[in-house]
Amino acid sequence: MSPIDVTVPAEQRSVPAEQQVQRDPLERFARLFLGLALPLVLALLWEAAVEAGLSDGRLVPPPSVIWRELADLAATGELQRHVVATLLRVAAGFAIGTVTATVIAAIAGYWDMVRRLIDPTLQGLRAVPSIAWIPLFILWLGIFETSKVALIAAGVFFPIYLGLLGAILSVDRKIVEVGWVFRLSGAAMVRRILLPAVLPAYVVSLRAGLGLGWMFVIAAEFMGASEGLGYLLIDGQQLGKPAEIVAAIITFAVLGKLTDAILAAAAAPFLRWEDAFGARR
Amino acid sequence: MLALDHVGKTYPNGVRAVHDVSLEVEPGDIAVIIGGSGCGKSTLLRLVCGLDHPSQGAVVLDGATITGPHEKIGVVFQEPRLLPWLCVADNVGFGLAHRRAAERRQRVAAALDRVGLSDKARIWPRELSGGQAQRTAIARALITRPEVMLLDEPFSALDAFTRIDLQDHLLDLWADTKPTLVVVTHDVDEAIVLADRVIVISPRPGRVFAEIETDLPRPRDRQSAAYDFAKRRVMAALDRSLARAVTTDDRETKATAGAALWW
Repeated sequence: MSPIDVTVPAEQRSVPAEQQVQRDPLERFARLFLGLALPLVLALLWEAAVEAGLSDGRLVPPPSVIWRELADLAATGELQRHVVATLLRVAAGFAIGTVTATVIAAIAGYWDMVRRLIDPTLQGLRAVPSIAWIPLFILWLGIFETSKVALIAAGVFFPIYLGLLGAILSVDRKIVEVGWVFRLSGAAMVRRILLPAVLPAYVVSLRAGLGLGWMFVIAAEFMGASEGLGYLLIDGQQLGKPAEIVAAIITFAVLGKLTDAILAAAAAPFLRWEDAFGARR
Repeated sequence: MLALDHVGKTYPNGVRAVHDVSLEVEPGDIAVIIGGSGCGKSTLLRLVCGLDHPSQGAVVLDGATITGPHEKIGVVFQEPRLLPWLCVADNVGFGLAHRRAAERRQRVAAALDRVGLSDKARIWPRELSGGQAQRTAIARALITRPEVMLLDEPFSALDAFTRIDLQDHLLDLWADTKPTLVVVTHDVDEAIVLADRVIVISPRPGRVFAEIETDLPRPRDRQSAAYDFAKRRVMAALDRSLARAVTTDDRETKATAGAALWW
């Protein structure tokens, strides 16, 4: 009779959490492909339809024409010039809007008195569509860069202010009490409890702000610009070049998605602790 | 010594939660505060740990009046209240931030080892079970070596097996440095297992109804006759503490009923 084997089989030993998170590269590729499938199929269908003579593709140019337009614009350096102009405006407006909104929301969140003083006014201003400021900004700041950046900053300001203030006010009292029990000073309370607690909501509001920044840069460039992707759109309309318009729209989409992804990726290491529905893979 | 001197708490809306409570807890003693739900026992504990301020009287630790959270007082809440963005080890070491990194690391490792969570040091709190999370919270409170530790229904959210396990574990930890423990609970068994003295609080407003010495030898046998006897005494006191409130209500009901008949 053989002795009973009591060693634990390897597959029953627990696997470290880090290892479990690692995903199959094939699965990641499939995920990316799934996201791209719909636009790719639509583009191919339209290309085939124009090729087959079902449409002349004049008002809605097929992908090949748009691609050629993009390549031409890039070859002459035009595309880069417009992209840089627009990116700089968004960056400046986003930076100014973010800093102002963060400082004001932090102060209003920390001091009740300040909040009661300024929040109603800001909520009232928020109700004004930001585009409505354009005439005033032009009168005040001129038609060049300053008024454009100011408009973008105004658009970026509100989602970040609202998001951060709401997050500060809804920090769990129970967690704050832990800070009190350990007798944290005001600064330590902010750094060790409040800041990490509001970070997830803050990142969401930053991304919403950036999205609005991209929206308002177009409005700003529509109001008179000699370069920038918004200028490219107007130019395409006035000269009857739909391919140029679609090329500019695609560039917008790529830039918007790219900057948002960079923001999300930069924040991800600080948010790995989150136990949220959206965080499941 | 921890002393409550005629402590009362009236909320701004006029509700009297605690009325004229005087208690003394000797260093190293375990006092268990028990009472029905809403009797003001948790409020009483918040007054002791300095999260709330008494409207009357004072809480005094070693001759000094407590005006806010105190470095010699550690607190364990009903929920673990771990910081979700810190790993288990950083949660345990939260109160040691001003110490040198080497000392902090060594003390955290020792504390984790003591509560049997060494292998969980680098995971997030959300990955812990309820019992493990509460053990982490106890380790976090003990790591600053408090003279007094306050526990507000620390095990009431846990299942029966885990609860018994953690009660024994708490006594085991208590034996290391013998801090003064003040435990709030509504579980009579928990009171008898832990306490040197059970303080029964009667509700509306919360006041001391009875103090019962439970000087059974440790470790306590949950099946022994002495345990059963102590439990009966506490149960009886608890019943009477609640009955007093019931009688008052009763009289009011009868008065109303009588009035209704009359009309």
